[in-house]
Amino acid sequence: MARIVVDPITRIEGHLRIEAEIEGGFIKDAWSSATMFRGIEKILRGRDPRDAWFWTQRFCGVCTTVHSIASIRAVEDALKIKIPPNAQLIRNIIMGIQNVQDHVIHFYHLHALDWVDITSALKADPTKTAALAASLSDWPNNSATYFKAIQDKVKAFVASGRLGPFANAYWGHPAYKLPPEANLMATAHYLEALEWQKDVIKIHAILGSKNPHPQSFLVGGMSIPIDPDSQNALNADKLFEIKRLLKKAQEFVEKVYIPDLLAIASFYKEWAAIGGGVGNYMSYGEFPDANGNLWFPSGALLNKDLSKVLPIDQGKIAEYVDHSWFEGAGAGKGLHPFEGETEVRYTGPKPPYQNLDTNGKYSFAKSPRYEEKSMEVGPLARILVAYASGHKETKAVVDLVLGKLGVGAPALFSTLGRTAARGIDALLIAQQTPKWLDELIGNISKGDYRIHNNESWDPSTWPAEAKGYGFHEAPRGALGHWIKIKDQKILNYQAVVPSTWNSSPRDAKGQRGPYEAALVGTPVADANKPLEILRTIHSFDPCMACAVHVMDVDGNEVIKVKVS
Amino acid sequence: MSIQKNSDTSEKAEQSAEKREYSVGEILKQRGVSRRDFLKFCTAMTAAMSLPASFAPSVAQALDEVKRPTLVWLNFQDCTGDTEALLRASNPTVGEIILDILSVDYHETIMAAAGHQADEALENTITKYKGKYLCVVEGSISMKDGGVYGCTSGKTHLEIARRVCGSALATIAIGTCAAYGGIAAAVPNPTGAVGVKDAVPGATVINLPGCPCNADNLTATVVHYLVFGKIPAMDSKGRPLFAYGKRIHDNCERRPHFDAGQYVEHWGDDAHRKGFCLYKMGCKGPATFHNCPTQRYNEKTSWPVASGHGCAGCSEPQFWDTMSPLYRRLPNVPGFGIEATADKIGLGLVAGAGAAFAVHGALNALRKDKEPEETKEG
Repeated sequence: MARIVVDPITRIEGHLRIEAEIEGGFIKDAWSSATMFRGIEKILRGRDPRDAWFWTQRFCGVCTTVHSIASIRAVEDALKIKIPPNAQLIRNIIMGIQNVQDHVIHFYHLHALDWVDITSALKADPTKTAALAASLSDWPNNSATYFKAIQDKVKAFVASGRLGPFANAYWGHPAYKLPPEANLMATAHYLEALEWQKDVIKIHAILGSKNPHPQSFLVGGMSIPIDPDSQNALNADKLFEIKRLLKKAQEFVEKVYIPDLLAIASFYKEWAAIGGGVGNYMSYGEFPDANGNLWFPSGALLNKDLSKVLPIDQGKIAEYVDHSWFEGAGAGKGLHPFEGETEVRYTGPKPPYQNLDTNGKYSFAKSPRYEEKSMEVGPLARILVAYASGHKETKAVVDLVLGKLGVGAPALFSTLGRTAARGIDALLIAQQTPKWLDELIGNISKGDYRIHNNESWDPSTWPAEAKGYGFHEAPRGALGHWIKIKDQKILNYQAVVPSTWNSSPRDAKGQRGPYEAALVGTPVADANKPLEILRTIHSFDPCMACAVHVMDVDGNEVIKVKVS
Repeated sequence: MSIQKNSDTSEKAEQSAEKREYSVGEILKQRGVSRRDFLKFCTAMTAAMSLPASFAPSVAQALDEVKRPTLVWLNFQDCTGDTEALLRASNPTVGEIILDILSVDYHETIMAAAGHQADEALENTITKYKGKYLCVVEGSISMKDGGVYGCTSGKTHLEIARRVCGSALATIAIGTCAAYGGIAAAVPNPTGAVGVKDAVPGATVINLPGCPCNADNLTATVVHYLVFGKIPAMDSKGRPLFAYGKRIHDNCERRPHFDAGQYVEHWGDDAHRKGFCLYKMGCKGPATFHNCPTQRYNEKTSWPVASGHGCAGCSEPQFWDTMSPLYRRLPNVPGFGIEATADKIGLGLVAGAGAAFAVHGALNALRKDKEPEETKEG
């Protein structure tokens, strides 16, 4: 039995290492390790709770809005603050475009090269490529001239002799199955998506100054003022620009992303039976209306059973550290995030090392469990929960996609299902976000310019102690922040993050985390070039800086807060 | 030609390329980038570098002559925000940077290779182009407990940084984490995080702080090097003067309201809607040196103050401690003139602002700074 190591796993956010045992061409067992951490939660202690969104935003620059949202929701929950409808709508638009843009970047720039062999694109016939593309959608760039120009560009790049980020990859691997024309089409869209993503995300700049790390979030609302008669506020000009960009986002998803996804998936249908994983799914639901009702429903599914959606109870979440480099509440004991106090204790091998001790502790990620169960979160979980709950829009798109691929719902429990669900998710949200903009415009027309609830802004109005939590269904799945406030300062802060759920190591019972479980049984044609591992891991869209953020309380340094 | 087997072919291709290296201008032309677009890019770069417009032709000429330089990008204790910023670059775009302007031989977020093939790509590049490649570092470097809090391919980031930055022509520390330790280094700095200059003292480091860094400042720095053949003049904090030479407060579009005493008092009030000064809402612009007001973000769409939120001071060392709380008013903003530089006034202001936290490391780091070699713009 051969043990292989893939480190760094590239085309993800952050630092992830996979070790796997291969027997007879299949993965027999796998271990997922997060190899970097910073300790931001500890750094947060003693700080102003109104600042927490700005700090936690730096958990991750890829999911650059999600921790801000979860953080302000946690503080608003703790202080019982109700935000104005316009602030909610602006947040929905920001979350919506974050989701769509993030998914497109993932598909083309992080995941596509697992399925698309760029070198094969050089052999494609541009005319046939145009015919293929035109059979899929009426995207204006579907011409032979266009694909020829892209092919020439790639040829010139290769001829320059410097392959840059495309050097030394798995090109020519037997697991690549697309015909040259499909490869050329996908390569063209890889480049097009690079242009597109920077345009559509300007919505964040309009509503929040910049992206990454937009800066208009506030506990109690948003900082972007609304006034149609001011040049320094959200006015008709800016709203119209957002409308144009949302349309651009929707068109690209409908006419490029989804057709490409379906075309590529049709060549890789065997991946609908690979990479299933733990089979438990959880979604917190998202996109509240003015009354707090969620557009995407929340819920949990167990054992791939779509007939029963369980309600989520945050009290049933606990984090375990039996295989994580922390000291915890004791072997086999988990802690609820409100009580989450763990001490870091690196016990791994001294670097440089070849292998981790996977019988012991082997990751900086903890193992969150829901009712002691390992749960997968992310677009697949979100779509499955919505589908199983009878969410009308979701059901229509899922059935359409399954129909086009000629597969049944069980095909979703797989690597391919995860990748398809992300596209479905992007499509649904791309079509829904313009409606929130229309609603916002409607409110403004009626003279409602409110963006912030000032009632509890002044910390002197707060109770001596408060605690709350904020849920957000982020692009990568169920995200929760928990905060305890004492004397106007942060007493304790914990975040349980989508990629922690998914990348988690084993728990005390030996239950694998979702990455680990999904890898078991995956075929590996060439252990020296484990392309298949990348396919399944990338299907989760790992975000490791998010996953690892917890820190110890064992330091002797006391945060000195000077009374000012 | 086709590239069937990755490494062999890239080797062959590289051998043939050695016979004839193309200039950036030639490559762009080959890729179908029009001369007009190229000149437009040169003009934008000239502006980003705070050079007079008459420099644009020299920029174009220089880029016509230089070869595609090699760049490796290392991610350490980071959030990938600066990589995302790179993806938003507009002039040139990330596509142009990757395909036309630079040879980005290692960047974990975008590269196709993984695992030992990725390691090999890095190894090949730093060996073959020793002393000639540019290195970009994103994220801080953990020094505590032998650096175990940051590892890639079983090696500590500290070890990787020493090796890769140590043999680079120059290292660009992108973002405040790589420049000064950033968020991970905030009190109590649980992992002993530091910036590149502290981790690899012998390296030639250009700091491009910001959270994240403005991608235009990165491309301008690279172009500055390509055009002038030397790294830009920097202040005592290692920041290029062309991007960090002026105080936000002095270039702020809302400065007239500060001078007129017109302030936002509450989020969403009449003054907020009219775009009055955010000083009372905690804006750190008076203590921060960065070109945000003029360069702006996302193709010049906006910047924090324009979205109704104060500046957070993110381009200043240890701003996480010295500039927080976020909504706390800076004490005693003096009426110094716009000729003041970071080196002359920064310390005093920041020391005042940092009252909320004990900032042992932070102030030490500031004091350590040497006198600036050049504080005036050249």
